[in-house]
Amino acid sequence: MSPTFWEPFALTLKLAVITTVLLYFIGIPIAYYLTYSKVRFKSVLEAVIAMPLVLPPSVLGFYFLLAFSKDGFIGAFWNKFFGHQLAFHFDGLVIGSIIFSLPFMVHPLLNGFKAVEKSQIEAAYTMGKGKFQTLLKVILPSMKPSIITGGVIAFAHTVGEFGVVLMIGGNIDNETKVASIAIYNEVEALNYTTAHIYSLILFAFSFAILWFVYMKLGREVKGV
Amino acid sequence: MIKVDVTKKFHGSSGEIDFRLIHEFKSGEFWTIFGESGIGKTTLLRMIAGLELPTSGVIEADGEVWFDSSKKINLPPQKRKVGFVFQSYALFENMSVLENLTFAQTKRDLPKAMQILEKMGIAELKSRIPSTLSGGQKQRIALARAIAQEPKVLLLDEPLSALDAIMRSKLQDELKKTHEDFALTTLMVSHDRSEVFKLSNYALWLKNGTIFKAGTPKELFLSKNSSSKFSFTGEILALEQRDIIVVATVGIGENIVEVVLDKMEAKELAVGSEVSVSSKAFNPIIKKS
Repeated sequence: MSPTFWEPFALTLKLAVITTVLLYFIGIPIAYYLTYSKVRFKSVLEAVIAMPLVLPPSVLGFYFLLAFSKDGFIGAFWNKFFGHQLAFHFDGLVIGSIIFSLPFMVHPLLNGFKAVEKSQIEAAYTMGKGKFQTLLKVILPSMKPSIITGGVIAFAHTVGEFGVVLMIGGNIDNETKVASIAIYNEVEALNYTTAHIYSLILFAFSFAILWFVYMKLGREVKGV
Repeated sequence: MIKVDVTKKFHGSSGEIDFRLIHEFKSGEFWTIFGESGIGKTTLLRMIAGLELPTSGVIEADGEVWFDSSKKINLPPQKRKVGFVFQSYALFENMSVLENLTFAQTKRDLPKAMQILEKMGIAELKSRIPSTLSGGQKQRIALARAIAQEPKVLLLDEPLSALDAIMRSKLQDELKKTHEDFALTTLMVSHDRSEVFKLSNYALWLKNGTIFKAGTPKELFLSKNSSSKFSFTGEILALEQRDIIVVATVGIGENIVEVVLDKMEAKELAVGSEVSVSSKAFNPIIKKS
């Protein structure tokens, strides 16, 4: 086994963890806003968030690539502040992952928010608790299963994404070569044994994570 | 004292309602808001709590303006100091009973929360999670939690409607005692006449979007225009012709009785009509059932 054998996995894990954590900070305010605001253009925002579900990853990746390059509008900004472009860089993968995994985080959260009884929120308000405190102490704790589901699906989806990552990240060792890309790479180089091992690890990992979640969720729902 | 002088347009069960209400609730009194469903009883409570906006008017509590449409004042529910007991209780499932109470307090005060639970005889429930409690217990906790807020006014939205008759009767007694023990000003929504009688000093009867009658329950429900000794209000459940007479089946509260009518009397009635069943010239016999 070469010393760089585990690199793609470490990179994948790092990408998925960072993406999921950031998605909580982005997804919760978005889902909260979509649930409780009454503005008319809400459906536009909902459609934009759901886009990654229906767009081919290569389309998404292509536009990201344009936007992330040195001349792209996000890429130029990034280049100015951080001194490197986003395309073919780990940072670019994180931003891309956040966008394409956003619906996988937001949709379970939306269901969670909608299931919280209005009277619980109103009760907290009459107790003098502000909106933020009510969110933190009453709303979020009562939708734990949705929060777990959102996080796990977003995490798993980030681990498994291939098309977008290939378009914006390419295939740079220890920078953008995540596990799914590494498998493709090994197959292309006819290293079937390595491809097999990589695939099996991803397979087992995905199964283990889903199993854990369903076990945990089952208990959560039963209220133990 | 809570002063209410508001108007509100809303969709009730029988179409658009122009709600208009002017009333003062004095401190320490127990008022029930009585009337058909969809008439605006809950809406009135919600407007006082700040959970719903009146179309226009003024709401004041002890001289403090909570709402004034002409001055564009609208205090959020957070600043109104009301205790609201919801029909669904709205207990926080992620907190224990005791935590529900301390969360409701303006400043966390554990001994005081315990004191409330003890005074209401439910201290042994303090570490339980609400989902493990029975309906009656949940109702008590919801009440205790509202009291922990030290509210200027306690608002109860049909708090006993989800309970069976025996539990309801027991909790009515407890509710009355709690109101007196903690010297509260209480407004309770109810559509149950016996509940109004049992609990409240005063009652507001709402009809057609405004006050139909206000006063003591006696003044409201014992009509003075008949000299009957014995009178109940009920609903006709069935009308059945038998030879030359008609038998009306009337539901009065939890009971169902049959009343014999002649055809002329029956003509004016239909299934679903609200009727009063009264009798003059006999002495009712009361014995323990």
